[in-house]
Amino acid sequence: MELQTFKGGIHPPHGKSFTAMKPIEKSNEPKIVTIPLQQHIGAPCQPLVQVGDKVKVGQKIGDTEAFVSAPVHSSVSGEVKEIAQKLTPTGQAVCIVIESDGKNDVDESVQPKPDVEKLSKEEILKVIREAGITGMGGASFPTHVKLSPPPDKEIDTVILNGAECEPYLTADHRLMLENPERVVYGLKVIMKALNVKAGYIGIEANKPDAIQVMEKAIKGEEGMSVIPLKVKYPQGAEKQLIYACTKREVPSGKLPMEVKVVVSNIGSAAAIGEAFKTGMPLIERIASITGSGIKEPKNLKIKVGTSFKDIVEQCGGYNGKIGKLIMGGPMMGLAQFTDEIPCIKGTSGILVLSEEDARLPKPQNCMRCGKCVEICPIGLMPLYISAYGSNNMLDKAEEVNALDCIECGSCSFVCPSKRPLLETIRVAKSEINTRKRKQQQK
Amino acid sequence: MENKLIVSSSPHIRSSESIDKIMRDVVIALSPALVASIYYFGFGAIKVLLFAVLGAVLTEAGIQKIMKKPITISDWSAVVTGILLAFNIPASAPWWIPFIGAIFAIAIVKQIFGGLGHNFMNPALAARALLVASWPVQMTNWISPGPDAVSTATPLAILGGEADPTAVLPSLMDVLIGNTGGSLGETSAILLILGGIYLVYKKVISPRIPLIYIGTVAFLTLLIGGFDVPVMTYHIFSGGLILGAIYMATDYSSSPVTPKGQIIFALGCGIITTVIRFYGGYPEGVSYSILFMNIASPIIDKYTSPRVFGEVK
Repeated sequence: MELQTFKGGIHPPHGKSFTAMKPIEKSNEPKIVTIPLQQHIGAPCQPLVQVGDKVKVGQKIGDTEAFVSAPVHSSVSGEVKEIAQKLTPTGQAVCIVIESDGKNDVDESVQPKPDVEKLSKEEILKVIREAGITGMGGASFPTHVKLSPPPDKEIDTVILNGAECEPYLTADHRLMLENPERVVYGLKVIMKALNVKAGYIGIEANKPDAIQVMEKAIKGEEGMSVIPLKVKYPQGAEKQLIYACTKREVPSGKLPMEVKVVVSNIGSAAAIGEAFKTGMPLIERIASITGSGIKEPKNLKIKVGTSFKDIVEQCGGYNGKIGKLIMGGPMMGLAQFTDEIPCIKGTSGILVLSEEDARLPKPQNCMRCGKCVEICPIGLMPLYISAYGSNNMLDKAEEVNALDCIECGSCSFVCPSKRPLLETIRVAKSEINTRKRKQQQK
Repeated sequence: MENKLIVSSSPHIRSSESIDKIMRDVVIALSPALVASIYYFGFGAIKVLLFAVLGAVLTEAGIQKIMKKPITISDWSAVVTGILLAFNIPASAPWWIPFIGAIFAIAIVKQIFGGLGHNFMNPALAARALLVASWPVQMTNWISPGPDAVSTATPLAILGGEADPTAVLPSLMDVLIGNTGGSLGETSAILLILGGIYLVYKKVISPRIPLIYIGTVAFLTLLIGGFDVPVMTYHIFSGGLILGAIYMATDYSSSPVTPKGQIIFALGCGIITTVIRFYGGYPEGVSYSILFMNIASPIIDKYTSPRVFGEVK
């Protein structure tokens, strides 16, 4: 079997053995959930409830008129205690704090949807939107927006991203093993919504069990196939995944629909499947709680709004002195400064590194070894972007294609001089973008 | 949460590679040839090696102390420069030759331009160029290996006609194992290649530059030499080509970082080396060809940037 892949990339230590063999468990029932009104890219929601209101599981508690947005739902039944600005894993947002009554009464609106074959494209998109489904790999782009390309853009392929190339994380892996039917149904819905005949599920070859299970699960489904991918980071990066599966290259600065492809996450597909089969909106997700700083690493199904602290406690607490708490994986995850923050739709994992693992070596002079050039999956020269950016030479940085960077972090990982390449490239990118916006306003 | 958490930009993990590991690998790769040079040239080799390495390390530490910068001699890079410089000097040279060379290499070529990674020329080669220009007699007083250590000519000087016409070429076998006249590291081609294979295996260098460089010289020598295979073989295995192609032309800071650039760089080195050897006044052209291409590296980098994924033509 030939494994598909892209050019460049790195081989970071997997770290998946902490949780890869552990079945998904339900997280303990939270006493209090803190649900941010903005968990996605796009406009924040407005609260639909007031302090003192009783809410039920699956009840919509926040929504907006804006197109690029996704509603949020209560993950427990109970009483709204507070609506206020709170810390979230991605910064700050207005949150609805709900005290659970422990009964988990389900809202009346949660009803199974009719068979997807009988629904029109618009009806399908409405179900997905109303279920508050977003990308669940990290960036959290509202799924119904992704599935509504402009009418002049033809789409012919849907790819589900089961690469899970991020070290440590095993949430998608376990989901594919334990609930393949939901994933496949979700893919079917997406294909129907886009009127597409080809649906691929790309899975890295280090998950042979998942490849087997998914291959079995798609039997009898028209147009679906599983594509085994080479184990290499960032195999699950959108453009690299599309290239590996279809050999199409998304043009620089453009979206996947430019090459007639839509990519979705395994978790999002399963959430879509759930929304159709049971009618339950996206109120819980699977995450890997893992790393050297966690006593008992687990894969947990967590209700959105549960605090990191409660989750860590359920996993036996912290293991010795810890250095870093990360939402997501070690390559692209976000470092947090406190554990008193809620899990959101994009929480694919909680990675805790011991103080020793978290300590980063001091940067030294760049010796121009060219390793970053050799491995950059986009074909950039990270050393030059970083050097120009750090010296505020933004024109030069843009000239060497700073804006094409996908921020996978491979360059920082591979650098023998331990230079913060991606960090400086990120700064350069944001400076260039700010300057562009200013110029446009003039 | 009793202790404070570290917050930084992703990625949160780093590879285990580091500067000192890479430099140590280079030292390991050079050691077989180093031992051989001591075996062939005895005390002379030890003296040259000692003063070159000592000069390099002391200069690095001294300058960094004066400039109030962190002292980085533990990264082994000064040791590498010292050994490479010693490999470019004949065993008969007085002790101050390698010492002055090392000071020049580290102080002028490396530290003044900003230290590791900022030198635009290979420090050891630039120092060799200085030494050859300043003390040509001491720098070309080749001796034959062994206890007698009589004056001799290098195989390339004999081939090029620069040497005494009565001198005879050493056997190809002697050239391969290093039993011939030359500077310390110019001699044992086999051991140098062995070290090179180690470096490629450890992914310290890519085989691109050495293979293309040596290949170009082989091809051109064959062409210009009228398809005389023995002449070509002498050109490849004697003199500094193997040393230069594997250990000098692959110097990170002074060679291009782009794969395409490295190919152009190696081709350029090969062409210039051959031209100097056949048409120039020197029997040996490796050091000047590499130095020349070092200077061209920034512009080569500029025009050979890799194709960006999804680039619209």
